[in-house]
Amino acid sequence: MLRFLAHRLLLGLLVLWIVSVAVFVLFFVTPHDPARLIAGRLATPQTVALVNHRLGLDRPLLEQYGGFVWRVLHGDLGYSYYSSAPVRQLLLSRLPVTVSLSLGAAVLWLVAGVGVGVAAARRPRSLTDRAGTVFVLTGLSMPTFLVGLLLIYFLFFRLHLAGIDLFPAGGYVPLTQDPAGWVQHLLLPWITLAVVIAATYSRLTRSSLLEVLGQDYIRTARSKGLSESRVVYRHGLRSALTPVVTQLGIDLGGLLGGVIVTEQVFGLPGLGQLAWQSVTNQDLPVIIGTVLVASLFIVVANILVDLSYAVLDPRVRLA
Amino acid sequence: MTVTAPGQAATGAAAAPTGAIQGRGPWRLAWDRLRRDPAAIGSATVIVLFAVTAVAAPAVAHAVGHGPGDQYTDLGLTTAGLPVGPSRRFLLGTDNLGRDLLVRVAYGARISLLVGVAATLLATVAGVVVGLVAGYFGGMVDLVLARFMDVVLSFPYLLFAIALVSVHGPSLAITIGVIAFFSWAAIGRIVRGQTLSIREQEYIEASWSVGSGPVRVMFVEILPNLLAPVIVLATLLVPTAIVFEATLSFLGLGVAPPTATWGGMLSDSLAFYQVAWWFPLFPGLALLAVTLAFNLLGDSVRDALDPGGRPAASG
Repeated sequence: MLRFLAHRLLLGLLVLWIVSVAVFVLFFVTPHDPARLIAGRLATPQTVALVNHRLGLDRPLLEQYGGFVWRVLHGDLGYSYYSSAPVRQLLLSRLPVTVSLSLGAAVLWLVAGVGVGVAAARRPRSLTDRAGTVFVLTGLSMPTFLVGLLLIYFLFFRLHLAGIDLFPAGGYVPLTQDPAGWVQHLLLPWITLAVVIAATYSRLTRSSLLEVLGQDYIRTARSKGLSESRVVYRHGLRSALTPVVTQLGIDLGGLLGGVIVTEQVFGLPGLGQLAWQSVTNQDLPVIIGTVLVASLFIVVANILVDLSYAVLDPRVRLA
Repeated sequence: MTVTAPGQAATGAAAAPTGAIQGRGPWRLAWDRLRRDPAAIGSATVIVLFAVTAVAAPAVAHAVGHGPGDQYTDLGLTTAGLPVGPSRRFLLGTDNLGRDLLVRVAYGARISLLVGVAATLLATVAGVVVGLVAGYFGGMVDLVLARFMDVVLSFPYLLFAIALVSVHGPSLAITIGVIAFFSWAAIGRIVRGQTLSIREQEYIEASWSVGSGPVRVMFVEILPNLLAPVIVLATLLVPTAIVFEATLSFLGLGVAPPTATWGGMLSDSLAFYQVAWWFPLFPGLALLAVTLAFNLLGDSVRDALDPGGRPAASG
């Protein structure tokens, strides 16, 4: 167990290291000039040189990278070229939005996805099953931004025309400030993400549950005279949910690093929007910060998923 | 491993020859099953229609007399400067610059299909080669390649794609490259797993014993046994790639603006959907139809190649 954990942690660190090198190379090997960007169009060469010196951009590449890693290890992600704010503070201020968005959506897509999957698996090839397949295929085929646009069009714009203002078109209110407003602002983004992601869950649940329901111990449970719902939910679903938990870890890990498209469509000031803005502004320290944080979430989620395997399914031996 | 529903046997029987008994290979059987699947026929038809539209986009432009970049600032916009709705002159209406939506949707099909197919081909070839090499050679080679695939799979890919595009500027080649780079590892991982188990079979040993080299064993002996899952994965990768391209274009980071792309058109329509419903509707419908068709086709191909695998097979 310890060896396994150490192995996973090392792999995670490797990923983070490669990501940091990749981002660094991407922005330093390519010709662009942050100093000129900061100093402005009319700056004298002296000013540009001064800015370059202050940012440490006049030192050798390896030294810059070394310094960068050293500071990151000490929790210092540098300062934004654009707003001069500390990157760490920028990231922390955006995190609650992305966490609210991801976790709320996860609740929705788990309920919808697993629900549809179970309904389909209980009666394979039935009308319910076919409706489930349509649901899955539509979800898999819809780009996130298209779902978002549809929801804005029907649930905001059409309702607004009809004189009903249930949802705002975008924006964010902190949970601590106004819980009702928080839900109201996040409901459409939650649904958007859930529609797209639930499809995978319903497909996973369906195939996994069907496989489990065909096993001998389920036949035993049925022949004992247990009610069908007890067989399905208590005996079947419990072991069928392992792949769902895996997928949940992977998806959450991916989302927590920034939900770029959804945040963009609904104007939510989360990590994804920060990433997008920093890319548009060529704000290197913020880009590196967001990419590192996003990778960190993915790496941690992957480790947790591997661990949860062992907890959920005692047959899995961690080698 | 699977639940065999009662209808399963019937499906198999329906696919069996009715007249004279003749031997049929598994590919032939799969093809026969596919031909009898209405979902497969329907989705293939939609895909072919869009492919024809894409190829014939200049002909569409010629037929209606509007180029994809022509701005009809007089007839194509209202006096308030807003898009005009569908009419005899502009069958699907115009966009915010007075350009013919029909022509632009047709030209958009070119980008979507080109990116979808090209990225999928690149990713599939790379995934198959890397997966085969990793699984066949094992040891250090496998360790390095498998870890590399893990790393690629745990990249925040959309973020990275955005960063890459912002540095190098948006272009068709970058878009295809980025999508392929973040897609091949998923195929590679599956190919590697399959190769690992196939390598242990006796016929591989037999091949070695008659002096086959690694390239021959990998590509002639092992690869044919992997084709079924690879075909299914590749078919399902096309819609993913198309959605990816549309998302990049929507964020303004895909193919550069004057070129018509569905994602770019949807992005432009954001400011106008309240007054011009046709503007987001048609590119959105086109995008949805194509991705849905590819997903449906992928499902049907999977059912046809592995009829026992998914009891949902249309029966």
